[in-house]
Amino acid sequence: MKVLVPVKRVIDYNVKVRVKADGSGVDLANVKMSMNPFDEISVEQAIRLKEAGQVDEIVVVSIGVKQAQETLRTALAMGADRAILVVATDDLHNDIEPLAVAKILKAIVDEEKPGLVLTGKQAIDNDMNATGQMLSALLGWSQATFASEVEIAGDKAKVSREVDGGMQTIEVTMPTVITVDLRLNEPRYASLPNIMKAKKKQMDEKTPANYGVDVTNRLEIVKTVEPAERAAGIKVASVDELVAKLKEAGAV
Amino acid sequence: MAVLLLAEVTDGELAMDATAKAVTAAKPLGKITILAAGGSAAAAGDAASKIDGVSKVLVAEDASLGHRLAESTAALIVSLVGDFEHIVAPATTDAKNVMPRVAALLDVMMISDASGVVDANTFERPVYAGNAVQTVRSSDAKKVITFRTSTFDAAGGGGSAVVEAVGAVTNPGLSEWIEDKLAASDRPELTSAGVVVSGGRGVGSEDDFAMIEKLADKLGAAVGASRAAVDSGYAPNDWQVGQTGKVVAPDLYVAIGISGAIQHLAGMKDSKIIVAINKDEEAPIFQVADFGLVADLFEAVPQLIEKL
Repeated sequence: MKVLVPVKRVIDYNVKVRVKADGSGVDLANVKMSMNPFDEISVEQAIRLKEAGQVDEIVVVSIGVKQAQETLRTALAMGADRAILVVATDDLHNDIEPLAVAKILKAIVDEEKPGLVLTGKQAIDNDMNATGQMLSALLGWSQATFASEVEIAGDKAKVSREVDGGMQTIEVTMPTVITVDLRLNEPRYASLPNIMKAKKKQMDEKTPANYGVDVTNRLEIVKTVEPAERAAGIKVASVDELVAKLKEAGAV
Repeated sequence: MAVLLLAEVTDGELAMDATAKAVTAAKPLGKITILAAGGSAAAAGDAASKIDGVSKVLVAEDASLGHRLAESTAALIVSLVGDFEHIVAPATTDAKNVMPRVAALLDVMMISDASGVVDANTFERPVYAGNAVQTVRSSDAKKVITFRTSTFDAAGGGGSAVVEAVGAVTNPGLSEWIEDKLAASDRPELTSAGVVVSGGRGVGSEDDFAMIEKLADKLGAAVGASRAAVDSGYAPNDWQVGQTGKVVAPDLYVAIGISGAIQHLAGMKDSKIIVAINKDEEAPIFQVADFGLVADLFEAVPQLIEKL
């Protein structure tokens, strides 16, 4: 079985986000960018499935600016076999929307015919949590979101999902789209020899036009501002003072 | 202008708090019709009809809608869309599973986790783990939205909406429910609790987390945890408060041994009163705390349990 793993280049998890003063967006120039952490988990899961003999080829895809090739190289160094880069914009600040991404991915699925798409549940920049579900809808496939355990047997996948209040287990018919949550696995680091090897792996470059997809945004970003700050509070010196303050505020 | 609102129904029961908050969020958008769907949903539909501001309730009962499987629930919503301009839901894990599927089937963009309504096409939503708030204007004819419930008050009762039954659509048969493992607990539900007590990495172990639970029980509170505590195995993931977990806004939030990473703050900074107990006086959690106590939590928490 072939597995397709879409990965997104986003602002690094540890970087403090800076909102531009003129409200035009978040400053991404000269900021460290990395693979979306949830997508790292999906790459890792694909590699584990390959190691277990359930997958024979891992194709990674990234859609966005040309620099996303670095993200794809990281996935190749972790253990993916081949990459497709879809250059959809040359503007770092233009975030291609999940609907357009899902349409491009659908066209790639039609060409590549994977038995499984594994992707992160959400990107940590736009926090949309939508691409996997949208792709599944466009393909008419089953979906299993927020996965924390995945077991594939024949034409079924048993997936445990993180839901409000606990866990839900469902069984989906393959082919399927699975979006992954934090606890599914711990992604590996790429070793130096594998980073060197990854440079020789195949990476095809495409554009949305190759797939006949219009990537014009449906949502216009009117403005981006910093969230309202909370007024600074006070420090209390002891548990007694804390209890007194809470009583005064009517909180206990 | 009319709104179709997917009610949160779990095992036949209406999640009143989440649904009533979404009603408040959707009120400026037009007349609200609630959809209660499930293996059994009649009781949930009746409960929803009493929410103030609801003009109609549709009840869809079918085995294929049980456990809110995304494929059948999304197909049902699409079959009912008709003239509705807004298709909305509270941003629960169930709705986050279903609504983007609906949006794609309608060929419109998803508006996830909206925290404010500016006008019928324009919404505010947090991005970058709550570090920025975007105002977005949709050019789509239909808007599919989930609302971040912690920023809206629940609509009151006293309504008397008409209740109508609707048929399910053919089950696409793509997925099957096997089991739910929900934590059995007498404590209030995390996202709707009036008081939340959360522990972080500073608590140090799964065993010591019992102290957090004891304080929570003393306060009649729900228990939360930071992502660091969950990653370290001290607490289950469904207790996680933060951008990648639950977003809460209780009257009182007590953060114990939590440093206050940005991703955690995004999940609790709308709380009315925040208390922080941490031995590191430089911890960022103190910048959002109304009352901060710099102390060893292993001394302060037992004292607090005793004195409350």
